[in-house]
Amino acid sequence: MKDDGGRRTGESLSRRTFLKTTGVPLAAAPVLLRPRIVRAAGDGVEVYGPGKTTFTLSVNGQPRQVEVQPRVTLLEALRHDLDVTGAKRVCDRGTCGACTMLLDGKPVYSCSILAIQARGKKVTTVESLAGQGALHPLQQAFVDNDGQQCGFCTPGFVMACKALLDKHPDPSADDIKRGLGGNLCRCGTYVGVRAAVMQTAKGGHRG
Amino acid sequence: MAEYKWPEPAQRSLIGKRISRLDGPDKVSGRAKYTYDVARPGLLHGKVLRSPHAHAKVVSVDTSAAEAMPGVKAVLVIQGPGTEIKWAGDEIAAVAAVDEPTAEDAARAIKVQYEKLPHVVDDYDVKAAGANAKPLAEQAQGEPDKAFQEAEVVSEGEYGSTVMTHCCLESHGAISEWEGEKNLLVHISTQNVSGIAGQMAGPLGIPAGDIRVKMDHVGGGFGSKFGPDRWTIVAAQLSKKAGGAPVKIMLERDAEQSIAGTRPSAYGRVKLGAKKDGTITAWHSETWGSGGVGGGGRPPLPYVLEVPNRRSLHTPISTNVGSARAWRAPNHPQAAVLTFCAFEDLAAKLGRDPYDLLMQNIAMTGVRSNIYKEELEVASDLMGWKKGWHPRGDKTAGPVKRGLGLSIHTWGGRGHDSAGDLTLQPDGSVELKMGTQDLGTGTRTAITIVVADTLGLPMEAVRLKIGDNQYPASGGSGGSTTIGGVSAAARRGSLDLLDQLFAKVAPSLGVEPTALEAVGGRVRVKGDPGKSLSWAEAAGKLGGIPLTVRGTNPGPGDLINAGVGGVQMADVSVDTETGRVRVNKLVAVQDCGLVIDLKTAESQCYGALIMGVSYALYEEKVMDPISGRMLNPNMEFYKIAGIADIGELVVRMMTGKGYDERGVVGLGEPPVISPGASISNAVANAIGVRVPHIPLTPRRVLAALEARRA
Repeated sequence: MKDDGGRRTGESLSRRTFLKTTGVPLAAAPVLLRPRIVRAAGDGVEVYGPGKTTFTLSVNGQPRQVEVQPRVTLLEALRHDLDVTGAKRVCDRGTCGACTMLLDGKPVYSCSILAIQARGKKVTTVESLAGQGALHPLQQAFVDNDGQQCGFCTPGFVMACKALLDKHPDPSADDIKRGLGGNLCRCGTYVGVRAAVMQTAKGGHRG
Repeated sequence: MAEYKWPEPAQRSLIGKRISRLDGPDKVSGRAKYTYDVARPGLLHGKVLRSPHAHAKVVSVDTSAAEAMPGVKAVLVIQGPGTEIKWAGDEIAAVAAVDEPTAEDAARAIKVQYEKLPHVVDDYDVKAAGANAKPLAEQAQGEPDKAFQEAEVVSEGEYGSTVMTHCCLESHGAISEWEGEKNLLVHISTQNVSGIAGQMAGPLGIPAGDIRVKMDHVGGGFGSKFGPDRWTIVAAQLSKKAGGAPVKIMLERDAEQSIAGTRPSAYGRVKLGAKKDGTITAWHSETWGSGGVGGGGRPPLPYVLEVPNRRSLHTPISTNVGSARAWRAPNHPQAAVLTFCAFEDLAAKLGRDPYDLLMQNIAMTGVRSNIYKEELEVASDLMGWKKGWHPRGDKTAGPVKRGLGLSIHTWGGRGHDSAGDLTLQPDGSVELKMGTQDLGTGTRTAITIVVADTLGLPMEAVRLKIGDNQYPASGGSGGSTTIGGVSAAARRGSLDLLDQLFAKVAPSLGVEPTALEAVGGRVRVKGDPGKSLSWAEAAGKLGGIPLTVRGTNPGPGDLINAGVGGVQMADVSVDTETGRVRVNKLVAVQDCGLVIDLKTAESQCYGALIMGVSYALYEEKVMDPISGRMLNPNMEFYKIAGIADIGELVVRMMTGKGYDERGVVGLGEPPVISPGASISNAVANAIGVRVPHIPLTPRRVLAALEARRA
């Protein structure tokens, strides 16, 4: 194994400096703050874990430090370590959309992204939408049109709708089907969700 | 003494209006906390090791490796050596650890040896089930044999619905922790807040009164969350072993889909006899099905139609599959498929429009025949039935065929036992505590509407506390029993509270208490509204101490009732080349007595229609005969309907005269009953051949078309 000076992502120390200054043995440590670099297929590859790694996530505009194993998903890091629990784990494999949040403005299934992959990116969750005491117009439209029943899928739906309206401020019926086709609801709130999107679009949704 | 009845239409300030649910803002902002979200200090994560075999004997369980792992705080063998396991996914052992990954590793490190035994997971082949298929007693009325001999037209066919799961988005589970040696605190995802402690007391060997149960929100139940389940008992036992630390066990998705409840299948051969003029005279059905190890329920047959001469035979099959649980309107959706698919096949054989045939035989629907008649007329208008219906088989050119179908249903829905303590403080604030739960059906909103309407206050003035077994007990939310129970209890309590308040206030207004009314935030003299006190001033007459009354159901006065009708119609397109069915439009016309909140009532119907599209077209628990395991314990192959699948949905609640005066009747179950039958009938009308079983997957549709060609 050797550091071949490849590119870095989101770490304050270069791997070369890191190895020189810390002299950490390359075997797995219980808490590994920085990656090991291994040579694989002719390139240097960052290797984290299996112990916990500490890094910073940008969550709703705030830097938040987490200490998790590299195998922990973005969803679980937010829920367990940061108590940001709006997004839900339901299918746990990128089918139902209950864990939808925005990563650099794009909707993602946070159950299928490792927390460590979200370093250096802006994570936006449902908790960020409502201002002090006032709901976002999209959220108010969900309430007005009863776009939630048990509500477990609702945070994911709200974020999927937000992403849809950011991209299509005046969505067609087909845009709605495509934009929200990756989110599932068991109580059957789609009629309310559809109406909420239309109401928000008519109200001139602007972010 | 108060008069216990609902206000007249002109006197209703909130009841029956279209009101947004009170917990909407919490749900859309991520603030609503579900059991799955509850954070407890020092939380440990529990994981359960489950049997991979459908039928086996446990030979040995070795937990030593798991116990030695750093971060593991407790290990428990649930079903040890010698235990016979009867379904894949049954609990063998469990661990609690400092975080989820560690708990997963530890569960995997437990070594179990099994002696495999033969299993049966097929719920269709009665003969292969052998001794696992046990026929129930025949149900008969009239003279079915004679009636069939005399029948001028006989229609015979096979119909059915396969096993499906509840697929709650919040999986089953709980967080249990000991507070000292004796007291247990349980946060649990449940439909039955007041009924959980009593079910945990025995297995844990502690008094039910020492178990505190809490839940703010639940992410779906649909009939599958009435008990604590073994894994919640296990969480409490692990907590004990770990010194009382909170232990959370929520099922993983595969377990949720595999073992946390199913709706039983029901297949059957049905024969209907009629006169040439369309009068239905005879019914004969031989049905079977399974909900897993416990067999399965018996569909009420014939459904809704009281055919004068009838015989029904049913054989439940016990399989090596996790057991059935109540699934929204237990046995009724299956019965609707078996009955109204057979009914429309009879109509086709008679060359009749099923709408006309049903109207002709409407007296067979019994006491609610007038309701069905009215609802059929409304549904027909909303669907454009007379314009859109054609004789069986769409004769237009092209591969895509269109058709219409219908079904009707019924449900009881009488309110359960319920109690709530309503307190008026001397400052005028009002609080109601009730040990019920809101499944997303709008229970919070409905209770608050009733209290506010009765007290003449805005809804914001009423503080409602539910979801805690320290509050007066309320029944489990199943069978559409909640709305009747909680609304009647809230109404009685509110009327009693006014009675007592009026007695204190009357002297200062110089009238008898009976001369007072509470309207628009004031207590005033009837017919002389100038003589009044504000609500806070009136509360000031309490003498400085709070007034608490208990409202109950049952109780005096006829506030609730049982029994509803309901009519649904479906418009579908079927691609005869791909077998794909697309719902164009569904119409639901539904009564439920007095509606408390029209907006959330309609949402129940929309939701039921969507769930109906889902089970009519997609949902099926597929079992592997070789391994005995569920092949699709996930959400990509266990399909539920998405927003693109639902078509246009039209809901009409029947309210006003003839309906309101019945009092409150439950609504959760009835609208989910008919979609399977109505959609299946629409498909038959479109393609001219019956697809016997739902879900109407492309494979089944193509097989039915192929069978006709053959």
